[in-house]
Amino acid sequence: MSTESNPAPESPLDSQARTHTPLSAARLLSWSVRRELWENRSIIIAPLAVAAVIVFGFLVSTLHLPKNMRATLALEPAKQHAAIQMPYDAAAFLIILTAFIVGLFYCLDALYGERRDRSVLFWKSLPVSDRTTVLSKATIPLVVLPLVIFPIIVGTQLIMLLLSTAVLLANGVSTEALWAHVPLFRMSLALSYGLAAIALWHAPIYGWLLLVSGWARRVPFLWAVLPPLAVTVFEKIAFGTSHFASLLGYRLIGWFTQAFIEEAQAHAVMDPLAHLTPGRFLGSAGLWVGLGAAAIFLALAARLRRYREPI
Amino acid sequence: MPCIEARGLRKAYGATIALDGIDLRVDEGRILGLIGPNGAGKSTALNAILGLIQYQGDLKVLGRDPWVERDRLMRDVCFIADVAVLPRWLRVSQALDYVAGVHPRFDRAKAEGFLAKTAIKPASKIRHLSKGMVVQLHLALVMAIDAQLLVLDEPTLGLDILYRKQFYDSLLNDYFDRSRTIVVTTHQVEEIQDVLTDLMFISHGRIILDCSMDEFASRYVEAMVLPEQVPAARALNPIHERQVFGRSILLFDHVDRSQLATLGEVRTPSIADLFVAVMGKAGEALGAAR
Repeated sequence: MSTESNPAPESPLDSQARTHTPLSAARLLSWSVRRELWENRSIIIAPLAVAAVIVFGFLVSTLHLPKNMRATLALEPAKQHAAIQMPYDAAAFLIILTAFIVGLFYCLDALYGERRDRSVLFWKSLPVSDRTTVLSKATIPLVVLPLVIFPIIVGTQLIMLLLSTAVLLANGVSTEALWAHVPLFRMSLALSYGLAAIALWHAPIYGWLLLVSGWARRVPFLWAVLPPLAVTVFEKIAFGTSHFASLLGYRLIGWFTQAFIEEAQAHAVMDPLAHLTPGRFLGSAGLWVGLGAAAIFLALAARLRRYREPI
Repeated sequence: MPCIEARGLRKAYGATIALDGIDLRVDEGRILGLIGPNGAGKSTALNAILGLIQYQGDLKVLGRDPWVERDRLMRDVCFIADVAVLPRWLRVSQALDYVAGVHPRFDRAKAEGFLAKTAIKPASKIRHLSKGMVVQLHLALVMAIDAQLLVLDEPTLGLDILYRKQFYDSLLNDYFDRSRTIVVTTHQVEEIQDVLTDLMFISHGRIILDCSMDEFASRYVEAMVLPEQVPAARALNPIHERQVFGRSILLFDHVDRSQLATLGEVRTPSIADLFVAVMGKAGEALGAAR
């Protein structure tokens, strides 16, 4: 987690004597991650753009807010909670989805693009190992994107909350229910847990994409998508079952059932922190099997980077 | 310790043999020109030396196995693969930041000094630089690294003559000293004739000539002979003969200069002429073998 803010132990310029001490692994990783951010501006811009669209859409929707809020206040508390909380959850969901998509396409191109434009020859002319490089690329979806979208989501929700408050106050509607049902601080704690859980759960997906990206000579997208699809189709035709497809589905959304309480119960529990089930999440086999697979994919990707030549 | 030492270095791509068991030794402080036709195995040899490809045989660069220790080796080795490998999205200042960040022997002030002499602006993206400027940038980065071995694979390909001249000038004046070693491949052999200390011809994955430039100058002689002297000159077994403006130019290996001087004007051949002669012979030999 220290990739962003790790201070350089010493710059070679600072020391007059050319000591040439090898640079620390953390420093190499940190510069490699920075390099990825320079190349892939969408990591920051895409979630920001989606957040801007959400805020703008929400701004327009506040035209009906006083009327809707009056209607909502007449509902029973559980429904009230769901109705008031819904746009805030939707905002978070949309930005998380954006980060997921950005992460997928980032990984697909990460080890493919550098071979296609031959810049891999430049990167390999520097004393950075293939392992560090692959690790820095895996750091983007696993660490950097969650760190980037956390403040964006919280900021978006805060703006939405303040906008609503202003509109309601201007129209003489009470904001008490709004603030009671949108506990921003507790929501942000739950969000940070959720982001970590999603990243860990999705790690093998990113690992697989990085591996394909390092392997494919052409169309990495097809190589990433078609084999799982082929297995699914084969299983369906040959055995009439769809275990593999449900396995894939579980990998995509299983984090939700493992890391949070069931949706049916969730409506009755208003405290967002009471939705979290870290014990079950950490105890689930799916998490650890996934992490193991991710480690294997990344190790293979690092090994492959040594063998693969520019395309 | 030799800078590069290879024994039986071999690399095959399927049925194509790119390197056919070459032996090679480059000592510290040399500037070796690796010359050969397209597909001769030059780049394959360099890629093996740089740890970019797997190979068979023994290879040690600065005492290390490049395939296994590529990242460690790159602290002491620099290379410019060709003009187009700097990532186009990178800014000049970012290139400096990054190399300074990951390379323990990079002197940023030095690189900035080199860049200050060019028209390259730090805020420019590499995609907006001309081909010549990209090479200047790459050279500035590489020359600011205190490396022991510099490998250049067609570093001036596609550049105009001004940039090419400047490239080798700055390499010699601002970079090279006797403690460094440079290995360079290029098709523009004329331009590096005075730069090299050693010369190696490679063809069909084999080294067909390996000599120092001193040896080259003493060993090979070219005589420009009038038609009536040609039979006498031919009797001395020239390795190559060509006609220029009605006069014959014959190239000799190990023939006494004073003896040739009686037949016509004598001079040291250019690398290009020797290359044509040696490649022609190698081609014949190969044809005869088949």
